[in-house]
Amino acid sequence: MTPSESEPKVPFWLDPGKRAIGFQIITCLMVGLLAWYLVNNTLVNMEKQSIASGFGFLEREAAFEIGESLIEYSASDSYAKALFVGVLNTLKVSFIGIILCLIIGLFIGVARLSTNWLVKKLAMIYIEVMQNIPVLLQLFFWYALFYEMFPSPRQALNPMAGLFLCNRGVALAVPASHPAYFQMFVALIIGLALGFGLKRWVKKRKFTTGRDFPVLWPFLGLSLGLPLLVWVLHGAPMQMDVPELKGFNFQGGIMLSPEFFALLLGLVIYTSAFVAEAVRAGIQAVSRGQTEAAMSIGLKKKHILNLVILPQALRVIIPPLTSQMLNLTKNSSLAIAIGYPDFVSVANTTINQTGQSIEGVAMIMACYLVFSVSTSIFMNWYNKKSKLVER
Amino acid sequence: MGIVAIDKDAIQKMKPPVVHRGAIGWLKENLFNGVFNSILTLVFLAFLLKFVPPFIKWAFIDSVWFTTGAECKECPGACWSVVLKNLRFVIFGFYPHDLHWRPFGAMLLLFTLLFFSYHKRFWSKKLGYAWMIGLVAMGILMKGGIFWLTPVDSMKWGGLPLTLLLSVFGLAAAYPLGVILALGRDSHMPMIRYLSIGYIELIRGVPLISLLFMSSIIFPLFLPEGVTINKILRAQVAIILFTAAYVAEVVRGGLQGMSGGQYEAADALGLNYYQTMRLVILPQALKIVIPPTLSVLISAFKDTSLVVIIALYDFLLTSKTVIQHPEWNGFSTEMYLFVALMYFLGCFSMSNFSRKLEQELDTDKRS
Repeated sequence: MTPSESEPKVPFWLDPGKRAIGFQIITCLMVGLLAWYLVNNTLVNMEKQSIASGFGFLEREAAFEIGESLIEYSASDSYAKALFVGVLNTLKVSFIGIILCLIIGLFIGVARLSTNWLVKKLAMIYIEVMQNIPVLLQLFFWYALFYEMFPSPRQALNPMAGLFLCNRGVALAVPASHPAYFQMFVALIIGLALGFGLKRWVKKRKFTTGRDFPVLWPFLGLSLGLPLLVWVLHGAPMQMDVPELKGFNFQGGIMLSPEFFALLLGLVIYTSAFVAEAVRAGIQAVSRGQTEAAMSIGLKKKHILNLVILPQALRVIIPPLTSQMLNLTKNSSLAIAIGYPDFVSVANTTINQTGQSIEGVAMIMACYLVFSVSTSIFMNWYNKKSKLVER
Repeated sequence: MGIVAIDKDAIQKMKPPVVHRGAIGWLKENLFNGVFNSILTLVFLAFLLKFVPPFIKWAFIDSVWFTTGAECKECPGACWSVVLKNLRFVIFGFYPHDLHWRPFGAMLLLFTLLFFSYHKRFWSKKLGYAWMIGLVAMGILMKGGIFWLTPVDSMKWGGLPLTLLLSVFGLAAAYPLGVILALGRDSHMPMIRYLSIGYIELIRGVPLISLLFMSSIIFPLFLPEGVTINKILRAQVAIILFTAAYVAEVVRGGLQGMSGGQYEAADALGLNYYQTMRLVILPQALKIVIPPTLSVLISAFKDTSLVVIIALYDFLLTSKTVIQHPEWNGFSTEMYLFVALMYFLGCFSMSNFSRKLEQELDTDKRS
């Protein structure tokens, strides 16, 4: 084939730029047509089945009870409030779950790299087994175990003081309410703020003058010492609110429902196996040469860990860790299968009662999208902050 | 060069390096090196001694295997009868009893194909065609209606074949879709890029069960009047849409791993976009992402269990149904352990396969 030199202009369908525009227009048209087709069908169907659309139903009375709630809620409240209770329940189980699974995952990830053969193998077995069993099955398993293994409240197991296990849930002793606790909380916040301020100042001073100043101990002293000081000033209240068997159930303390407990247990065990893998991969990603280099310039052992290994390992660990935290939050939607009233479960009840399926599913999706978008915003911020600065 | 004094006596006295250690040496090195590790070992040994023997006693020594539910209730150990007596229902669900050989044959076919795909030496175009024919044959075996096979309504499909079909067909259809989405996300055309990004992020941001809800309660509204698609197919569509987004992200990782030189070389050869992608970029990009793709497959396999929530009788729900029966009530531990074992075997062999492949495919290893 010889290119025809007599033709100076390329025909428009061979010009990459113009072809790209044409291709995009076609794609957009196709997507638009599909969307129009689906929306049109939906509108026709909804009219046929006389389904009302819109979010007006949120104002109406929900007329169903919710087993557990962080705020006051009764069946006469509106759907909006019921859904809000669901969001709070989702946040509650996700928040506690994330903290627990980070702690357990960190331990198991480190144990996986232990020099102790037995510890290493047990950590490996834990990771392999828990990763490879569907989380829904684990939820069912814990939930069933709760009802089959644990006795009625009268014969509740009492493995340690202040902790009761029975088929109505887990009763736990908590410190009895006292005005000191609120002030301790405020003191904790102030302490943390001061601690972070100190950390900033130390960093700045180090960059400008090169002089070091210990951060860890003053930081711990401020954040833990201040609440402790408040506690002592109040005369160190020690009163505990211990659960007691009254009638058919426990009174006092806090009662965790079997649903909550099974959900938390399943999510934490499943996700912590993935967290452990992320931690292991992160630590292993820091090459041995880094440690050797740090030793050869005479850094102390704790400085090697703090200044050389951890910053590099964290850069590898944090992204998968965040996605695991997000996974835990998304998986908490499985609560519906064992009857814990999370957002999806409440939304599903709402859909069943009102028939507002499109709005309901849209709300479920929007809710989780907010979670994941906020996580990814945080991630981008963190990535920018901790990005490897190459010179 | 300085002079180094060599202590010949010391060299004579040096012991040769240890090449072989006995059991005690092994123990010393791996379990009791240092005080901290010794304590750890003892703590964990005590822990194992406390829990493992009672478990073995419960699961094997005191257990019963072929009894009725009533006899099980008097037995102190595990009641594996709950699994064995109901095995056919657990595995095949509501599929007509005398036609069980058909789903069994379909599964056998699937396992044969998987067996051949396991060994890299069988990988060829022929295997690809065998997969295509196999998938169609499995569908025909399940559905019936042609070749003297009595048709079976797909609402009766259930148990293990349903779980396997949902995951295998899910991945088979999600893979090409995911590759297209990944190419779209990498494209220079802004509209196509934004559409792909929008789709991928939207799907990855929501839990699978919201898509399953959508498939079970909203899809029917999307369709024109009079057209209905059965529930299993709708759930399958939801799983495909979901998996495709994850496949797309994995493939994108592979595309990003390609050096610019590959594109330039393809340009220099005068290849157009489709030729570049088909002959140069995708074969390499897809090869490096085989291990992460397998982990997508593993999660897809596990995630099919969520169809329980929209009441499809998959493997998990058939077993759950058995233990809700009054005769077998109270033996959920045994049943769930069995189901967990099955899922574990499936997922674990896949992840082992992925590890093996990773080593085999690492052809340009330099070290």
